[in-house]
Amino acid sequence: MSTLDKKLLRDVIRLWAQALAIALVLASGVTTLILAVGAYRSLEETRSAYYERYRFADIFATAKRAPQFVEQQILEIPGVAAAEARIAEFALLDIKGMVQPATGMALSLPDHRDLRLNRIYLREGRLPEPGRVDEVVVNEAFAKAHSFTLGSKFHAILNGYKRPLRIVGIALSPEFIYALGPGDLIPDDRRFGVLWMSEKALAAMFDQEGAFNSVSIKLLRNAVEADVIERLDTLLERYGGTGAFARRDQQSHAFIDAELKQLKSMAQVIPPIFLLVSAFLINITLSRLIALEREQIGLLKALGYGAVTIGWHYMKLVLIIAGVGIAIGAAAGTWLGQGLTRLYGDFFHFPFLIFQRGMDIYVIAAGISAVTALAGGLRGIYAALTLPPAVAMSPPMPTNYARLSLEKLHLFRHFSQLTIMAIRHIVRWPVRSGLTVLGIAMSGSLLITALFSIDSIEYMIDVVYFRADRQDATVNFIDERPVNVLQSVEHLPGVLAAEPYRAVAVRLRHGHRHRKLAITGKPPGADLSRVLGQNDEPVELPESGLLVSERVAKLLKLKRGDTVDVEILDASRVRGPPDLSVRPTLLNVVRDQKAPEFKSSGLRRNTRRVQIAGIIQSYLGLAVFMDIRALNELLDESPVVSGVHVAFDKSRTDELYKKIKELPAVSAIAVQGEALRKFRETLAKNIYIMTTVYVVLSVIIAFGVVYNSARIQLSERAREFASLRVLGFSKAEVSHVLLLELGLLVAAAIPLAWIIGYGFAWATVQGFESDLYSIPFIIKANTYAISALVVLAAAGASALIVRRRVDRLNMITALKTRE
Amino acid sequence: MFRIEGLTKVYHTGEVEIHALAGVDLALYERELAVLLGPSGSGKSTLLNILGGLDTATAGTAFFRDAEITAMRERELTRFRRDHVGFVFQFYNLIPSLSARENVALVTEISKNPMKPDEALDLVGLGHRLDHFPAQLSGGEQQRVAIARAIAKRPEVLLCDEPTGALDSKTGVQVLEALTSVNEELGTTTAVITHNVAIAGIAHRVFYFGDGKIVRTDVNKRRVGPSKVQW
Repeated sequence: MSTLDKKLLRDVIRLWAQALAIALVLASGVTTLILAVGAYRSLEETRSAYYERYRFADIFATAKRAPQFVEQQILEIPGVAAAEARIAEFALLDIKGMVQPATGMALSLPDHRDLRLNRIYLREGRLPEPGRVDEVVVNEAFAKAHSFTLGSKFHAILNGYKRPLRIVGIALSPEFIYALGPGDLIPDDRRFGVLWMSEKALAAMFDQEGAFNSVSIKLLRNAVEADVIERLDTLLERYGGTGAFARRDQQSHAFIDAELKQLKSMAQVIPPIFLLVSAFLINITLSRLIALEREQIGLLKALGYGAVTIGWHYMKLVLIIAGVGIAIGAAAGTWLGQGLTRLYGDFFHFPFLIFQRGMDIYVIAAGISAVTALAGGLRGIYAALTLPPAVAMSPPMPTNYARLSLEKLHLFRHFSQLTIMAIRHIVRWPVRSGLTVLGIAMSGSLLITALFSIDSIEYMIDVVYFRADRQDATVNFIDERPVNVLQSVEHLPGVLAAEPYRAVAVRLRHGHRHRKLAITGKPPGADLSRVLGQNDEPVELPESGLLVSERVAKLLKLKRGDTVDVEILDASRVRGPPDLSVRPTLLNVVRDQKAPEFKSSGLRRNTRRVQIAGIIQSYLGLAVFMDIRALNELLDESPVVSGVHVAFDKSRTDELYKKIKELPAVSAIAVQGEALRKFRETLAKNIYIMTTVYVVLSVIIAFGVVYNSARIQLSERAREFASLRVLGFSKAEVSHVLLLELGLLVAAAIPLAWIIGYGFAWATVQGFESDLYSIPFIIKANTYAISALVVLAAAGASALIVRRRVDRLNMITALKTRE
Repeated sequence: MFRIEGLTKVYHTGEVEIHALAGVDLALYERELAVLLGPSGSGKSTLLNILGGLDTATAGTAFFRDAEITAMRERELTRFRRDHVGFVFQFYNLIPSLSARENVALVTEISKNPMKPDEALDLVGLGHRLDHFPAQLSGGEQQRVAIARAIAKRPEVLLCDEPTGALDSKTGVQVLEALTSVNEELGTTTAVITHNVAIAGIAHRVFYFGDGKIVRTDVNKRRVGPSKVQW
């Protein structure tokens, strides 16, 4: 080992605390990068391998009842590689030991061949025997939630008949990686199950012999998706087609996409923050070290060491710090990445998990970190290189200070000289002070970004469950029912109020823009399920015209008073495979990317002109509302309802549920309280993990920045502080200068943290906006307070550690040594 | 003013024991200007540090009037420095972020009976450079600000460790003039450490140090004015 390397080693040992603080900040950047990219890749890879192996379809469509031969016609559409026609129906489930009814999605399995598309992965057991009406394969999550094993039994109301079912197989499907039940915001595997049954049996039960009502399509590589959708719509029109949609609008797929998007933004936003902060820390620390070692550098140069050798010497110091950071970060990132991927494995239902984290991401993370660290050290290293030996050996001039223009203010006269010292020091190094403030602010803003989602989601819960949809449950019927069904519902045990609704699948057109969605009709003066205006206060439904949500208005460029073309896709009912939930606001989340030719569909379908009566607020789906009477008029039909919202006496819940489970007309039920409970439960778990991670990350930044700033201040001002001690100032008074300065920086950083956090949070909300849901932008005072407190605590702790060094300051050596 | 008996200071650096002070006996009188002469390492700075409450003794006693400095604790030493002692060092040790006046005010703010900062700076001949920052002052000027800062609280004792060590002869003389005038006008007991024999002439008494002991004490029958000093 060369002598210079020995010096390096000892420098590292001497500076270990500062070096470690910097390395940890850098490590956080590496961790988050590896974590996010690793989890992203694993999830993406797992999903695409799953799709590939189990032939997940590209296009999905539903109809009322299409004869079998249509399948052949579908296959003949140019671009179609394969098609799988099936029967898909909702069923109410009655499970022993579970009071509330659950909802099932019954799907047919071909009797004498394998599934061509959306193949299921049979975890255990076998497929139902052809024609057996009592045999069923269920999805694994549902089985687990009920501790079902092969042979377990439960009841399902299939097309009005209550049938006993026996589990013969447990499976997973690429269609249900994220299995969301009707009316739920988050999957609840207890209340939603997928039932695969013999096609022959299901066809007989639902009167679909020789027919199908759901079709999935696999495209050829060069197929034009929009064209196929268009032709498919044309083909299915006469069989009650409700409009085909692409994979990206398939619910399970869309939710994983949202998660992937989030991981991606995490990888893009958070690591750079840490990398920048660590570059800044390396900058100030190395600059200071080189300032302290200027005599040594001069001496080395005088002895004949070249500038390159000296530059490399300091570069190695930076690289050691970076190396430690990268090592810690890589280990933590790998560990957390596996944890996160497993968490995904629990939340999303995959038959296998592929941990995808190639060496490249480690190399990239290490490369970026090393470069960032070196960039941070550049200024200091450059100073060392260019220092002429003669200058280096003589002591530096005292730092030049100037009076601040601010000091003309009367206020300043009340400050003690100690306070003025602190303030002038901050102003003397504006860039460093500014970056310190920014660094600390990053810590706080990170917390706001993490915590605000709790505020937003709580607000959304309040709006959705307590202001808009205040019903206790929503009952869906198998088919549209005449209005008088309302009276039957009102007479169910415990029902206090009942309110009908009607949902109709339509395509809204405005100019060249169009969207498939559902219009929900509600009775005037609806009190259970209300429509909220843009200020989240309930609004009255107009007698005619549509109320559209902000999102719909934005997508179709609508404003109040505009007229839109409403193309009725299915007048008689809306339902379909699981991508279409029965929750009216989540209905038919369908998007057309490339607009098909207007002429064909515009002329073909039943189209009406309707005026936009107002813009309203809705955080879920693409909401469009109308007075139910106006809607029925629009459809030219006698008044019917799709379902009923009910409020009931909680003490009679069991009785009511029992009754509902026996009602043949009911296809599904959404229980608000259950959905909310599950939502909160999942949220609490996620938020706990997330908050912990973010608090740790924030503390690392705040601690790293404050500790290093304080140490550098202390090093620079040791003589000043010693002088003060000699002059008779107490330890507390001397620390006051240091702590006051840090305090002022932290105080300036907190409002900045709020502002930056506000910006991050806003950007997050924008990023989240999709056709599935949008998040209200709410940050409560609490969140600001918590972020400030965490920053204060971390800064305070590091300042106090440095304060102890002030207390131990050796007055004599500090004063006698030349700077 | 100071009574010192058997004062000993042993430093432990690694396995080596260094006897910086090996049993010094000494008394400093009120209003006296004493010069402590000796090569570096002879113990004069250590003595001054202990008298000023910057360092503690290993053995022996040192009294400031009736107060035993060697028995004081950290807090009492701070109090002692604040109330009674003024320091001047070779490297001025001004606060760079405070102007000349503010450097002095730093002390007057915490003293019981200080003079005005302007007055103190006048006394060292810097009445015209009140608002300059250290970086804008010459070495001699900086040292005189340090003296003004040391005397502004009207200390009973002024301890100076190589006050002219970093200065040329001409500016050094200005600093010495400031010191003698403070001693005469305010009656501050002053101890000046130096290894510059030329300065010895300005003192009432001169103590010669060697190997942690006082080897000789001279009384100047006729003192020389600082302007006569040259090196």
